[in-house]
Amino acid sequence: MRQSFDDISAQLKGRHRKSARLKWMSMGALGLAGLFLVFFFTDMLIKGLPAFQQAQIQVQVDYSERAQQLPLAAVEEDVRPLVSRGYLRLIPGRMEDNPDLLGTSRMEWVLADGQVDQYLKGHHTNLNSKEQSVVDQLASEGRAELKFDTNFFTSGDSKMPELAGIASAAMGTVMTLLVTLAVAFPIGVMTAVYLEEFAPDNRFTQIIEININNLAAIPSILFGLLGLAIFINFFGVPRSSPLVGGLTLALMTLPVIIIATRTALRSVPDTIRHAAFGVGCSRWQVVRDHVLPVSMPGIMTGSIIGLAQAMGETAPLIIVGMVAFIPDVSATITDAATVLPAQIFTWAGEPDRAFTEKTAGGILVLLTILIALNATAVVLRKKFERRW
Amino acid sequence: MQTNQLILLFSGALLVLGLIAFFMGRAKAAKVRASGASMYAQPDQYAWYAALATAGPAVAVGAIGAFALLLMGAEIPTPYLLAASLVVAAGGLMVAMTQVRPDFHARKAIERTIRFVLAGAAMISIFTTFGILISIISEAIRFFQMQSFWDFITGTTWNPGASFLAAAGRAEEGASAAEFGSVPLFAGTFMITLIAMLVAIPIGLMSAIYMSEYAPTKVRTIAKPVLEVLAGIPTVVYGFFAAITVAPLVVSLAGMVGLEASFSNALAPGIVMGIMIIPFISSLSDDVINAVPDSMRQGSLALGMTRAETIKDVVVPAALPGIISASLLAMSRAMGETMIVVMAAGMRPNLTANPLEDMTTVTVRIVAALTGDQEFASAETLSAFALGLVLFVVTLTLNMVSVIMIRRFREKYRSNNL
Repeated sequence: MRQSFDDISAQLKGRHRKSARLKWMSMGALGLAGLFLVFFFTDMLIKGLPAFQQAQIQVQVDYSERAQQLPLAAVEEDVRPLVSRGYLRLIPGRMEDNPDLLGTSRMEWVLADGQVDQYLKGHHTNLNSKEQSVVDQLASEGRAELKFDTNFFTSGDSKMPELAGIASAAMGTVMTLLVTLAVAFPIGVMTAVYLEEFAPDNRFTQIIEININNLAAIPSILFGLLGLAIFINFFGVPRSSPLVGGLTLALMTLPVIIIATRTALRSVPDTIRHAAFGVGCSRWQVVRDHVLPVSMPGIMTGSIIGLAQAMGETAPLIIVGMVAFIPDVSATITDAATVLPAQIFTWAGEPDRAFTEKTAGGILVLLTILIALNATAVVLRKKFERRW
Repeated sequence: MQTNQLILLFSGALLVLGLIAFFMGRAKAAKVRASGASMYAQPDQYAWYAALATAGPAVAVGAIGAFALLLMGAEIPTPYLLAASLVVAAGGLMVAMTQVRPDFHARKAIERTIRFVLAGAAMISIFTTFGILISIISEAIRFFQMQSFWDFITGTTWNPGASFLAAAGRAEEGASAAEFGSVPLFAGTFMITLIAMLVAIPIGLMSAIYMSEYAPTKVRTIAKPVLEVLAGIPTVVYGFFAAITVAPLVVSLAGMVGLEASFSNALAPGIVMGIMIIPFISSLSDDVINAVPDSMRQGSLALGMTRAETIKDVVVPAALPGIISASLLAMSRAMGETMIVVMAAGMRPNLTANPLEDMTTVTVRIVAALTGDQEFASAETLSAFALGLVLFVVTLTLNMVSVIMIRRFREKYRSNNL
């Protein structure tokens, strides 16, 4: 049966329409992913940015002898519930450090209670109507303001949202990552050097290679089980410490560093090796003096990316107990500590609305550091990348 | 603290011995050389050899001794162990000194040592796998000694209840007997993984098609890293996002169409997890679609097929093994994902097909079992390892299948890639 040209061109039109549709649909899929990213970051910014501001109120602080015994007495009764209890508790200590304060009384900006903070930010609070009117009064006199919260960056965890900060978690992250780097970097680079430069191509080498690829795909929580059973229960490494967390993360980061280092070593042209062998270098001398220096930028880039990945990891650290409540900043690797993502996890579990804000604030800090790390890796690669 | 000081002292002594070895070796080699003998290696190499021969065996003795101490509970006090290894170090120093002679190949000896050390480093990844296997299996066996394996696999009630009381020897006080039927947990894991894949596969695959078939180079160079950002966001952040933003959104949307949704519904973590694994699918699919030889596209276009028909009927079927392999890999990633479900999914084991209800997953129960204040030997704590074992086996199988499929795909197209 013959088709007329009209039929065929109509059919063709339909086919082309379908073709265009696929193009738009696939473009839409990519756009959807992009749109999600925008939505996600906006949402985090909206939720997290207020966390960097904290309400302070100006009140008369009375450094009397009575306040030394009973800190609550330092401020007048009508503003008493509005001042952070954590702040009041510090007053006797300050009077001991500075005896001149005794008997004086002055107007001071003091940290307000978390509820006042939430009220000023326009969220739901538990303040009763009388307290709310006092805050309104203070605000209209310019005596209640949201100020930049340095406390958030300098103090540790607290049960009072207005006092809680990320400093102890940040220090824990630093200590944990130091352990991770100290273990994973040398072992990872050595493994990669062995596999690329020394190992004969035999069964054993293949098993190691398959094994490394499998390790990279094992769910991170299983590394936590390993850390719990082997490091804590068998070797007796202290629970919750950056040492055990760092070791666990090191085993997780190892495949990333190995794979990145191997790629970097492979991109070094053989002519360099041949030249070095030609002047009488031994294999180790070739690697140490020629191959490694040339591939260092690639290795560094891979390690930074691996480290960034380890920094955001939470699940294995929860299993080895790094979700402890750590109010003090301490820089040891054997004491209990927590890390930024674990702190975020703990805060996310607090029912108080003020903690939700702190959580988002912590997330912003974490994301900023991660973006900075990854950007460093990209810059490093761009700057030192050599095409042979 | 005493042990710490002891170890510090030991390290200091070892360092001093090593330095002595280095300088004595070099001095002796230089002297031999100055006397006119032609040597196999440079004085520095003899020096390094001497240092290695001093420190290496000592450290090995110390490490093996410490390990044996832990493993067998042998009663060798630490000071004796460290003293023994210092003696070994001194012995090594003496041996190394006699080796400094013209016909000894110091460079080759160093080379051998280094190769040995590097191979040892490579073994660590194997040890890690064994470590995971041993730790999971040994605890899982202890669990299956308490609970029947069959009940664990087929039971539909997960109720650890008062199992910690049994471990403390107070079983009678517990109200109900503990039950460890893992079916609801696996059903929950499966449901959330399914939702994630329903989100990730269409978006990931379509993005890959756009990037490899349509997008100009400029868009590609920007879009690829932007998609990778999705994989770089920490999972705890996704978990918070799912619990605080997406879950209420799902609840209100469900409310609009007259459905009742729980605030810890399975849909929110599923969707967010799906978004997280988009880049896994898109970047792998992108690679395989690019690997499909252009001659196939040209042949199809030459027959008068449109671009979409070429993609749909030629390119995608050719790349299918790779795409499936990418999806399997993403699936294993979704099953092992922990933080999103811990924060956004429920805690209650619930055997249901309704994604708007709360349900729990394997990883949630692992975390729940190991973060409580229970006796380590209780059945609930050990159940975490049994669940971990199943998780390990499932993800490993998925990975293996995925790797084999992608290797077959690569081999198929290597020969006719003209």
